[in-house]
Formats: sequence, structure tokens, C-alpha cells
Amino acid sequence: MERIPILKMGDCLLVTIQVDMHDRLAMTLQDDLTSRIAETRARGVVIDISSLEVVDSFIGRILANIAAMARVLDAETVVVGMRPAVAITLVELGLSLPGVRTALNVERGMDLIRRDDAAGPEAAGSAESSSGRSQG
Amino acid sequence: MSTTAAVGRIPDIVQRHERELLAEWIQLQIASMGFQRDRGREDELTDQSRRFLRHFTGSLQAGGASADIRTPAWAETREFLGDLSRSRATQGYSPTETAGFIFSLKQPLFARMRQELRDSDQLAEQLWTATMILDQLGLYTTEVYLKGRDEVIRRQETEMTELSTPVVELWEGVLALPVIGTLDSSRAQTVMENLLQKIVETGSSYAIIDITGVPTVDTLVAQHLLKTIAAARLMGAECIISGIRPQIAQTIVHLGVELQGVATKSTLADAFAIALARRGLTVASLNGAGPPPRPAR
Repeated sequence: MERIPILKMGDCLLVTIQVDMHDRLAMTLQDDLTSRIAETRARGVVIDISSLEVVDSFIGRILANIAAMARVLDAETVVVGMRPAVAITLVELGLSLPGVRTALNVERGMDLIRRDDAAGPEAAGSAESSSGRSQG
Repeated sequence: MSTTAAVGRIPDIVQRHERELLAEWIQLQIASMGFQRDRGREDELTDQSRRFLRHFTGSLQAGGASADIRTPAWAETREFLGDLSRSRATQGYSPTETAGFIFSLKQPLFARMRQELRDSDQLAEQLWTATMILDQLGLYTTEVYLKGRDEVIRRQETEMTELSTPVVELWEGVLALPVIGTLDSSRAQTVMENLLQKIVETGSSYAIIDITGVPTVDTLVAQHLLKTIAAARLMGAECIISGIRPQIAQTIVHLGVELQGVATKSTLADAFAIALARRGLTVASLNGAGPPPRPAR
């Protein structure tokens, strides 16, 4: 059965989705990822979806679920590289993934996790692109 | 309405009296122009009338027994009239003026026919044929005129949406989108797509949406804005809204629109300052310590 590879980079897990996600593959990824987080005690997960052209409501929900599960396992999830068309579709579907953090590319996603790590867990949330706080 | 009536002697009559017909016809048209008349327009009209009459005679002869202007014999005349109507549509003529070009030919033509055709039965029949042809041509000009107008409107529409939604880069990683005019659904879609595309192209993590030029904000506009912001966030960029006027702030609260989780600032300058600060940048004066004084507002 095909699987999506999960790469470990330091404290981070990097998942690059390069094929069209069908439902079973998404479920498998969810299983694999949670067990890898527990195994490696990773602090962050970066999911790169820049080559994903189609995202439906199910995949959207799986992404949100993965983020929630990772948080329970004490890891921060950042979804990076979402395409404009995909973003518009998700918003039109009413899925704005409120619990998921986002970045423009893998590099910035990694930065985000590293910075949070350095600042300590309580500072997480006030850094770049954590929409939600307006300072002033 | 039968369109197979024979054109009979009409081509012959038109050809023989072409000069007088033309003179009278032009005279009539110039008279109907009223106070708008000027030399340039009159010359143009004379030229157009002459050319039309030539095509008209040609088509009448080629058409033989057929008085149906959809036949190939009339193709040239149709083409000429099409160009004329289109150019008149863009020049701002009214549809009446455009169709009047054809209809004003009736009077001189009928006068000639009355002179030539003595038999009243034959005259009535030929007049009917001539009326039919000219009516069809007149309606054709109106049709093309409307098409021309539609094209003008469509072009202006696309130009407007294209022109009014520029995305500019204020600083490396900071985009600004000054929205001007009312945001309806189709424009909001263009705005959203432009902004998201530009975010990808420039790799910007901050986008300032300036709504100083938006006259009113209703629930629909607010929803469009929130959607844009949500989509930008999904891609990893944060939006700041600026240019909210006091009345708009009141409307937003009265409508119960939730702008929570969105940074809002009253001016573009303030929003820019925030974006720079979040990127860890600051603006400093060259000859002294500290930031330059804020301009008085």
C-alpha cells in the first residue's frame, strides 16, 4: 500500500504531500504521523501541501484533526504552501482551519516552529502569522 | 410577412435617379441633425450615404427576385451597415439616429417611385417591397448598434475590475491592496484571487487591505473581506485592515459583524508600521536616535 513519507529533521517532522490525497491515504497519514510523533517526541510537524491541487472537505478536516492530535501530543503543526485556489475552496467550504498554523513555505514553517521552541511554549501563538492577535 | 416579393423596377429606379436621390437624402439627414451639425459630420455623412447607396443598388441588382436581406446578395450591404452602426455606437449616436440613417431614405425613394410608376397597383406593390427591405435594414442597424454598445459596456466592465484592484508591494514581504469602489461578489472574487496570487509570487507574509475607498460596508462586503483574510491566513499570510472610517466602524458594530482576530487600523500608515514591527523592522531617522516624528493628523 502506498504511504506518504515522513521525514525527521531535528525536532521536526516534515511531510510533503506530492500525490492527490484520497481518503484512505489521508487516514493512513493520520495514523502514521501520530505514531511517529509519539516515537520521536517531535516538537513540530510541517505539512507541505504546495503540490496539492485539490483539497476537499474531508482532507480539510483530516488536516485539522492532525493538528489537534499533534497538539495533544505536544507538537505544533504548521501547514505550508497552500495554493490560492485551494485556500479559496476551503474558505468557500466554510473550513478556515482555525486551529492550524500556516506559513508560506517550508523554510518559514520551520522558522516558526524553531522560534516557538526557543521562546518557550507559553509564547507560542504571538509569533508571525498566528493570526488572531492584533497588537494595539 | 412574405420576403419573396419581387424587387421589380426598384433597382432600375434607384440607379437612374441616384444623384437626385443622394442629394435629397443627405439634405434630409442634415436637416434632422438640427443644432448638432458641423462640417466634419456632414462630410462624413455624405461619404457614408454615397457608399451605402452604391452597395444598396448592387445588392438590389444581385438579389434579383429576392427581397430578403439575409441572402448572400446583401452581404456587402450588411457588412457596410454593421461597420456604420458599430462606429456610431462608439461615437455616442442614439439608436434612433442610427436607424434614421436608413429610414430617411424612404421619402426621396418613394417620391421617385411615384414619378416612375403610373399604375397604382404596381406602385403599391413596389412600395411595399421597398418598405420591407428598408425596414429590415433599419432594424439590422439597431441590432448591430446594440451589440456594439454591449461590447463597449463589457470592455469597460473588465477594464474597471482590472484597474481598480491593484496589489502593490510596500516593502519586502508587505503587500498593500487599496480597494476602491463598491465590492460586489464578482469584484470581491477578483480582489481575492489577485491578492492571493501576489502573496505567492512575492512570498509576502503581510497584506494590508485598505478600505478607505469603499463607500459602504454591509454584511456582504464584510463577509467577502473575512473570506479573503481567512484564505490568506490558510496560505500563511496575515492580513491587516486599514482605512476604516468612523461611520463604517459604527455600521460594522451595528450589523454585528465579528472582526475578531483581525488586526484593524485607521490609516494605512499605522497598518504599515505594524507590519514592519512584526517583521522586526523599524524606521529610524538618519541624524538622530529614535523614529521620526509622526506626521500630524
